Amino acid sequence: MRLVLEMAVTHIVGRGPQTLVAIVGVALGVGFSIAMAALMQGTQDNFVAQLVDTVPHVQVVDQKRVPPRQPAQDAFAAVQIAGLRPREDRRGILNPTAALASLKGWLPGRMAPSLKTQGVIRFAGRDVGAAIIGVDPRAEAGVSSLAKDFRMGSFASLAAGGSNIVVGDRMAERLGATLGTNVSVVSGTGLTRPFKIVGLFHTGVTARDESEAYVLLKSAQILSERPNTINEIRLRLDNPDNARLVAARVEALLGTKAVSWQEANESLLEALIIQNVVMYTVVGAIMLVAGFGIFNVISTITHEKARDIAILKSLGFPEGDMRRLFLIEGLTLGFAGSLVGWSLGYALCFALSQVHFEVSSVGREMTRLPLAWSFLHYVIAAAFALLAAGVAGYLPARRAARANPVDIIRGAT
Amino acid sequence: MTALIEAAELTRTLPAMVPVTLVQGVSLTIHAREFIAVTGPSGSGKSSLLYLLGLLDRPTAGDLTIAGEATGPMTERARAALRLAMLGFVFQFHFLLPEFTARENVEIPMRKLGHLTQAQMRERAGDLLASLDLGGHVDKRPEQLSGGQRQRVAIARALANDPPIVLADEPTGSLDSRSSAQVFAILSDMVRKRGKTVLAVTHDVDMAARMDRRIHLVDGRVTSDERA
Repeated sequence: MRLVLEMAVTHIVGRGPQTLVAIVGVALGVGFSIAMAALMQGTQDNFVAQLVDTVPHVQVVDQKRVPPRQPAQDAFAAVQIAGLRPREDRRGILNPTAALASLKGWLPGRMAPSLKTQGVIRFAGRDVGAAIIGVDPRAEAGVSSLAKDFRMGSFASLAAGGSNIVVGDRMAERLGATLGTNVSVVSGTGLTRPFKIVGLFHTGVTARDESEAYVLLKSAQILSERPNTINEIRLRLDNPDNARLVAARVEALLGTKAVSWQEANESLLEALIIQNVVMYTVVGAIMLVAGFGIFNVISTITHEKARDIAILKSLGFPEGDMRRLFLIEGLTLGFAGSLVGWSLGYALCFALSQVHFEVSSVGREMTRLPLAWSFLHYVIAAAFALLAAGVAGYLPARRAARANPVDIIRGAT
Repeated sequence: MTALIEAAELTRTLPAMVPVTLVQGVSLTIHAREFIAVTGPSGSGKSSLLYLLGLLDRPTAGDLTIAGEATGPMTERARAALRLAMLGFVFQFHFLLPEFTARENVEIPMRKLGHLTQAQMRERAGDLLASLDLGGHVDKRPEQLSGGQRQRVAIARALANDPPIVLADEPTGSLDSRSSAQVFAILSDMVRKRGKTVLAVTHDVDMAARMDRRIHLVDGRVTSDERA
């Protein structure tokens, strides 16, 4: 085996320029694949991290997955009932104290009840539509990423008085208000209450910064005229990956719809899978092109070394050795290309990580390219390269091994 | 006397629209220490017979036994192993590997066989080259050697694993008269001094006349098999 390896190395070293071109081809493929994978994985990770960070891991809402059966359906055992007006149920999660208590014992994480209602915030003749969210400041700080996004004030500031409100900085801007400004909040039922802005947050998500406002849960219940009611329980789990299991258990326990963050963003997560398929297809295509370079070099070597193949066979080298010889040559090129490609990939990733910019138009501010530094990318790119090199080396190797030495010797003489 | 090679009705036909018969019904028995010339006009099947006897080609009919082993049912790997241990080839052209030195070329069959240590292989290659008057050229590459020197390196390589049989296909065909005489002397010494069996295809009538046995082929058939 060592002899075959030596011969392989001698062959490829003896063909300096072509060998270099093949190695550079593989290296470029590997390098750019690593950089591309790092960038795409980084983007995905960043996206998922933001998702997991900004949305509740499980959101328990006051809805049911299947509409409740109406009394008329049970009374008449009808196949279909037309023109039925469903009974009006009281909206909200009923008996919230008991619901929260039933979760408290086993929930692997934290939870916060809230009442979300729509309203308008009015100041100096300006009206801005808002989602008014009534929260328990202490519990909310445990589940919401908003706690670290405060520019001024905090959730705790809400607790200082019954008529306090915190709003997004963009909303404050639109209203022309700032910390300490007294604004009016008009609820969907028409009730108007004065509130004082005690906190400004900036999440970077434009939609939230422009339209969310937080008040005490009690205040929201008064505004919406729904005493002792909540319509949402937000859960933040110790392990976000368990969200589906926890959601299923909560739903079975409370009977209301519990949506995990994966379910809520299913189509987005599916898009990421498609993105991965596209990414690895592109990586495969790059490696295929690099493989052609190797195929070309090995084919040329086997063609030029036909006489050597014949003589080695006449000396007693079996076909397997010939196959190994040229396969090793292909793999050596692939391996050398992968090593250079690793360095190139690292350098590209480093260069990309140094790029600094400011973009906020996409809804979430970014100042650096999101990059995932993963050794797995290096392994995958090298595996693709070695596979391409192996195939590219094997095809001419098989042809060379099958060559009849007599034909070659006759041709040579 | 032990038969080293026994060929019975060996036939080699190339498949084609009109099949071409290279060797037809050749039966031979070759013993140890024989110095044999295979002669005949161009296209008479001399080299084809040599390739069959050297296991480089498979007969389309007939049986071939080497050192008592029937080669017909052997796998490609087994034939290669037998070739490595039992047969040495010398061709009209040297066919040395250009990237390796004379010594390394001679070491290649030994390394493949793997019976000797690195030091033993190095010593044996040096001795073989020195015995063929190439002691001062062991570290030269083929391109640095003359035609005669290259052919002698090829002979040394053929002897590397000490095979009992050496097959030579017009070994002096591309050499000048001085080098031809030198190569013939070496082949002769192989039989006389080293106890090898040498089977050489040649067009050289004088050379054939000085060998122990002459097998003449015409149109793939043995027309005469004379012993001196």
